[in-house]
Amino acid sequence: MEPSDHLFRHESGRLVATLTRIFGVHNLTMAEDVVQDAFRRALEVWKFRGVPDNPSAWLMATAKNRAFDVLRRERTERTFAPELERSLHSEWTLVPAVEEAFGPNAIKDDLLRVMFSCCHPRLPEVAQVSLVLHILCGFSIDEVASAFVSSGAAIEKRIQRAKNVLARSKRLFDVTSPADFAVRLPAVHRALYLLFNEGYHGASSESTVRSELCEEAMRLLAILLQHPLGSTPTTYALTALMCLNSARLPARVDASGNLNNLFSQDRSLWDQTLVREGLKFLELSASGFDLSEYHVEAAIASMHATASRTEDTNWKEIVTLYDTLMAIRPSPVVALNRAIAIAQRDGPGRGLEEIRAIEGRDRLSAYPFYHAALGELEFRSGEYEAAREHFRAAISLARSSMEHRFLEQRVCACEESIRSFNA
Amino acid sequence: MSEFTFMYRGRELPESPEKMQKHMEKWRAWFKELESNGHIKDLGHALESSGKVVAGKQKVVSDGPYAEAKDVVGGYTLIEAKDLKHAAELAKGCPILEAGGSVEVRPVQQVSM
Repeated sequence: MEPSDHLFRHESGRLVATLTRIFGVHNLTMAEDVVQDAFRRALEVWKFRGVPDNPSAWLMATAKNRAFDVLRRERTERTFAPELERSLHSEWTLVPAVEEAFGPNAIKDDLLRVMFSCCHPRLPEVAQVSLVLHILCGFSIDEVASAFVSSGAAIEKRIQRAKNVLARSKRLFDVTSPADFAVRLPAVHRALYLLFNEGYHGASSESTVRSELCEEAMRLLAILLQHPLGSTPTTYALTALMCLNSARLPARVDASGNLNNLFSQDRSLWDQTLVREGLKFLELSASGFDLSEYHVEAAIASMHATASRTEDTNWKEIVTLYDTLMAIRPSPVVALNRAIAIAQRDGPGRGLEEIRAIEGRDRLSAYPFYHAALGELEFRSGEYEAAREHFRAAISLARSSMEHRFLEQRVCACEESIRSFNA
Repeated sequence: MSEFTFMYRGRELPESPEKMQKHMEKWRAWFKELESNGHIKDLGHALESSGKVVAGKQKVVSDGPYAEAKDVVGGYTLIEAKDLKHAAELAKGCPILEAGGSVEVRPVQQVSM
């Protein structure tokens, strides 16, 4: 049989999580080595014999056998997971303890344990996301680096530091305590949201890399949803947001690899199945008392997703939602998006006023979309020369050749308008 | 048609699970292509890298062979091809070459009675 796409990568996350639970979080590297070894064997055997009928079970059995070897060899030298330590030291209890850890229910929880551990409050958010990608999604250091458009050395340092923080905590996060779970959950939401956004808005110019990041965020979120403590209204809201935004992914880049903004997208390319899923989750999210930023962002995304033409978009409602978002989680980027919505509702002049009034506007100056938004609104006001300058400023900040091309086209549009104005 | 042995030398260690899977799939595709063109006499086996070496009249058994990573024979296949040139041409498709390894192509001696 043919293995499913990303089988190795997904199994890697599951196996590393389970082995980390057995070996202890301070032996994370040992867990990674065992998994690497299992994959090497799979590569060697499968290339001759073909992929077995149940490749996941094959990989798991191989990793488990390697784990027994390592535990027997190292148990006098090392300490393993504190809660299993005693069972692992006696040959009588070693086998049942490891078998149990590899049982189907345990494995699901192990993924969550590692997910919650990675979102340690002592780690900066970007380190949490890197760690999740590396450990749970099986991205190598270089693959994480390419996702973040960063150097391998920088990512290696970041991940090593993060692993050291985890190692000091000795135990993996306990997902059975409702109180601890609830306290850590917002950080997990945030990390998955950032992972998704890195795919959706990120700097990588490879669209495959980007859609993979979105898929990974959704896969991990689905695991969280399966846990009784994880399926909160906020988790539903975040799921809704990801579904509704991914629905638009097929239209973001056209056949020749050019970026399309929301206004110029071919809306018939939007994935209607994902739109329906998103709306369903948005409905499920509407219970309880918490109104998270994800609720509001999902509501905004639903306004776009249900408008069959740009002209049909309910900008009045969207501006109101951005007002709410500014109250819950104010930031210059949210303020910029609000200003763009106001421009859609009341015209470009009002939008420009709003942008100029943004608090902490200087923090946006390194953000290409800020200059692009100014350019767009000046263009619509007929101020083509001002618009061209803004687009040029945006070009100097563009993070990928795709963004670059898109902005170049806008500069050309300005120049054409200037010429026909002067003619 | 004559018979040849392909011996695959060198350890392949793609640095990520994704790349390992891709690499394994390339091997599958290569074997499939050889098979559908009737070149596979026996697919052969992957070999463990550890083993024993028995040597000399004293029949000394030692661990080994401890070849350098690039020389380790990781597996073999029996191939049918027109001649040595043709067999070597077929070996050019082997994915081990992309991983820095090599394929040793050796004609099986034909015994004419």
